[in-house]
Amino acid sequence: MFDLFLDDAPALVVVLPLIASAIIAFMPSKIWPWIISMIVLVFHLALSLHLIEEVSISKIIIYEFGNWEPPWGISFKIDGVNSGLQILFSSFVLISTFYSRKIFLNEIEAEDTGKAYSLWLLAIGSLNGIILTNDIFNLFVFLEISALASISLISLGAGLNRKALLAAFNYLIIGAIGATFYVIGVGFAYAMTGTLNMNDLIIQLSQYSEGQLAIFAGMSFMLIGLMVKAAIFPLHIWLPAAYSYAPSAVSTLLAALATKTILYFFARLLFEVFTIYENYLIIFLDFILFPLSVIAIFIGTLIAIYQDDIKKLLAFSSIAQIGYITLAFSLRDHSGITSGFVHIFNHALIKGGLFMSVGYFAILYKDRVTLSSIKGFGYKYPITSFALLICGLSLIGLPLTNGFISKLYLFQALYINQMYIPIVLVAVSSALAVVYFWKIVEQMWFSDIKPKPEKEDPSIYFPIWIITISIILFGIYSSPIIEFSTLSADYLTQGLQK
Amino acid sequence: MNNFIYFWNHFAFILLMMGGLFIIITSQNYLKKIVGLAIFQTAVFVFFVSLAKVLDGTAPILTKSLSVYSNPLPHVLILTAIVVGVATSALGLALVLQIYKNYGTIEEKEIENLELKSDK
Repeated sequence: MFDLFLDDAPALVVVLPLIASAIIAFMPSKIWPWIISMIVLVFHLALSLHLIEEVSISKIIIYEFGNWEPPWGISFKIDGVNSGLQILFSSFVLISTFYSRKIFLNEIEAEDTGKAYSLWLLAIGSLNGIILTNDIFNLFVFLEISALASISLISLGAGLNRKALLAAFNYLIIGAIGATFYVIGVGFAYAMTGTLNMNDLIIQLSQYSEGQLAIFAGMSFMLIGLMVKAAIFPLHIWLPAAYSYAPSAVSTLLAALATKTILYFFARLLFEVFTIYENYLIIFLDFILFPLSVIAIFIGTLIAIYQDDIKKLLAFSSIAQIGYITLAFSLRDHSGITSGFVHIFNHALIKGGLFMSVGYFAILYKDRVTLSSIKGFGYKYPITSFALLICGLSLIGLPLTNGFISKLYLFQALYINQMYIPIVLVAVSSALAVVYFWKIVEQMWFSDIKPKPEKEDPSIYFPIWIITISIILFGIYSSPIIEFSTLSADYLTQGLQK
Repeated sequence: MNNFIYFWNHFAFILLMMGGLFIIITSQNYLKKIVGLAIFQTAVFVFFVSLAKVLDGTAPILTKSLSVYSNPLPHVLILTAIVVGVATSALGLALVLQIYKNYGTIEEKEIENLELKSDK
């Protein structure tokens, strides 16, 4: 009986949150939606661990829905590329759900709790679908479910600030344009190859090894659509407002995982499916993605320096960090892809931790957290502030934190590719990150106010510290992250060498 | 000219799609933006369905008299995409309603002015 359950694990990690989401949608209780979500996500983590164990033995799992063989049916695929991301996703959603309870109680109406957790699980299920799917049209469906769930969650912030509605609306319009662009690309790819399954697509595309205009147009549409969703500069306009006006728990989930899962799929599409069109990839990566990433790093960091609102500051810093990831991907070799994946892992943890700490300040301060409002918080709320400090130092890339590992691998990848000017640029941008983070530290510890310490809520700082300790742990003992990233790069570069 | 007739569905699709995009970008009214988005998405749906058409083909029903039929898969895909499109429009309209309740207007310029005033 239990074996039957485990056989369907790839489907269950997506389906379980979706089913639970429907069950808790209209629950009037304040606590039960959260308890059910936690139970579901504990199962989710157990299933993910089981999947990783299976993958480490069999190398690849292809799950066919309804036993329809690919290329006819929809299939899920778990292999070296996404197994690491799956485990990160599963554990992070569990921690952030644990954290979200008190935050949601403070930020939204009590009778909306059931609906909020329903949307929360919907977003989790569909984002997990993006990680596992092996079908390019199925991806569009998950992309839209996750977008609609996130938009509804963002608009829940309207109780605190009505600008959340405008942020949600802009995300809806821009996100829908991006998703529709992606579908146009899928249409072109389907017209030329007659398949939607990614493994079959690789085989079918090889008959056009010279490349065809329709295929290049389709590829461009798909990649641009995904760039909108992943908030790659200059298609990031929706992101800062959406992250900063959303309820704090929601920004934690979105900032840590939503763009990362799409960046993962972006890499998969580039290096696994489109890899035979080397000339196209060179043009796209060297002349479009590479300059855009460098600009993103600088613009994101510079705008972040001039922000007064701390959630907005973190959102702009996210754009710069996404720039680091795409910069690494644009190098197109094993070291670059490894470093991109390393930063996907590390940035998810860092930004998650930062948004969690700031979210706690937001409910303590009962208003938007600006630079002037956190004066002396380092003395008033020492436990959370110290976690914020460690996450921030990791964002800059100080040794003994996982941010340092990211920077080290990025420098190494750039050095192998003999890109010495980008090394200097990345180093300068890290120095600029010190500027905006110092502004927060200055207000928290070095202002003239030194209040007495106040009691902090353990059920909120406990999850924050789990993330913070993992940041230090992975900074000292980084081999799990490195191993998973190298595995991802190994699988993706197999295609490049063919 | 021959190409134009042969690929006229592509031209119609581009025209409709660009019309929708133009409305989204230029209109100041949030409701009109939703309408533009719906046109933009519908253009893509029409394009998908037109790709599936086989000349003289019928519906894919298994009978002895019919042998040429259109590809049913794009229709099925678009059925899914239509549902997604409807959900997007519905959520957009709900947001517009909430924006109207909170701001008293759905014109982009007026809302910007209101926000500038409240920031001061």
